[in-house]
Amino acid sequence: MTNTNQILTPGTIGRRRAAIIPEQPPQLWKSVKPKKAYDIVIVGGGGHGLATAYYLAKNHGLTNIAVVEKGWLAGGNAARNTTIIRSNYLWDESASIYEHSLKLWETLEEDLGYEMFFSQRGVLTLAHSVSDVRSKRRNLYANALNGIDSEWLTPQEVKKLVPIINISEDVRYPVHGATYQPRGGIAKHDWVAWGYAKAASDLGVDIIQGTEVTGFDIRNNKVQGVHTSQGTIATGKVGLVAAGHSSILANLAGFSIPIQSRPLQALVSPLLEQVLNTVVMSGAVHVYVSQAHKGELVMGAGTDAFNSYAQRGGFHVVEHQLAAALELFPIFSRAQVLRTWGGIVDIAPDASPIIGLTPVENLFINAGWGTGGFKATPGSGWVMAHTMANGTPHKLNKPFALDRFATGHLIDEHGAAGVAH
Amino acid sequence: MLYIPCPYCGLRNETEFHYGAEAGVGYPDPNTLTDDEWAKYIHIRANPKGWLAERWVHFAGCSRWFNLWRNTVTHEIGPAYLPFTEQPKAPSNIGQEEQKA
Repeated sequence: MTNTNQILTPGTIGRRRAAIIPEQPPQLWKSVKPKKAYDIVIVGGGGHGLATAYYLAKNHGLTNIAVVEKGWLAGGNAARNTTIIRSNYLWDESASIYEHSLKLWETLEEDLGYEMFFSQRGVLTLAHSVSDVRSKRRNLYANALNGIDSEWLTPQEVKKLVPIINISEDVRYPVHGATYQPRGGIAKHDWVAWGYAKAASDLGVDIIQGTEVTGFDIRNNKVQGVHTSQGTIATGKVGLVAAGHSSILANLAGFSIPIQSRPLQALVSPLLEQVLNTVVMSGAVHVYVSQAHKGELVMGAGTDAFNSYAQRGGFHVVEHQLAAALELFPIFSRAQVLRTWGGIVDIAPDASPIIGLTPVENLFINAGWGTGGFKATPGSGWVMAHTMANGTPHKLNKPFALDRFATGHLIDEHGAAGVAH
Repeated sequence: MLYIPCPYCGLRNETEFHYGAEAGVGYPDPNTLTDDEWAKYIHIRANPKGWLAERWVHFAGCSRWFNLWRNTVTHEIGPAYLPFTEQPKAPSNIGQEEQKA
């Protein structure tokens, strides 16, 4: 009993664990007013937009760049995701881009000179039925062919890794095994965005917050500038990196993209003693959970069924997810929900991103990361920067072109990987 | 949890329904379309910030499809109507933007 009581007294845990999180300097990036003109304007100051600006500056020597953000920096999905990082995707195209991203994660803190609490604590993806086991093992072989670390664990091995998990057969979704990617893990999401912002700002990129893009100056099908709430900014190239608002921006530029915007919810518990030192995901029961550095359990739910821009979802979605989580982790019944929230995710028909050229010349798009974009932040920025600097896609994002919906070369991770990303 | 007015069964919980995205997308003649036009029909649906006329099916009730105006910013529910009938006007759009995004 005393042990259980200790687990549920967050006050002392919070004070103890807060000490491991270093203080931030008073200012990480310069706050600036927009200039009249830039070589490149990035629309969207989330992780992906900031990473794009950073790699444009670092890899391609282009620094006359503005990142224009409607709200505050990294206040959208960059602050709302569940921070899971992995690369064990089924299809070659996805595995290649996510693995490129994971490799960048592995040296990112050194590269940016900024701590992000990147922690390769491993990611478990549970299988709950015979067909689940088959598809997960198929995934495993595909990963092996792509040189991605991933292994099969029996229920007993899962239990050894995660002692609090219930592997009883007498539950609605029994654990029949799991794939495990040891190099997967988590990072502190807002710090990732701040790290990119600081590094980009240090290289001369202007970060402009509180400025909404209201339209585009397009002449002869070529982008010449962006209209914003702070006036028009002339520019030679524009990158749309706006997640849930991508279809609104595409429409302002005169073309349509196959994106539906949906709420995706997540929640945290108060600070608890460490009970979980790996990431556990289950596509079948719509739950993914990890324990953050300070001790809070971070859990993600499924998307709400309908289109929305409200950054909130229905409580029944959270309830459904918690029911599954409690069955897998009975000990969680003693914890409380501290906070739930929603973000607006941009979902493409094949649940894969759209990165590349658009029908408008010099206007580029990076959207459709849907429910799983956080892990891709470095790789996404890297290939987007390459695409914008050269005017042609990097080999890693070539398959993710907007025209795949007309050619039929879809990258169907939805059907292949289940809903959870 | 939304409360959705099924035109056949009345007001019910959202969990009794499945979602069907944009309403009123007609089935085109595939023989007359280019690949781009076909892709547009298959993959592109309205995704506005504001009022959206959309399809729902009351799977746990009458199992029938119907259309509904709903606001994607406030989650307000507008009028429901049957497919192939005249579409009621969109509810007032005060404070909303980009009707047809």
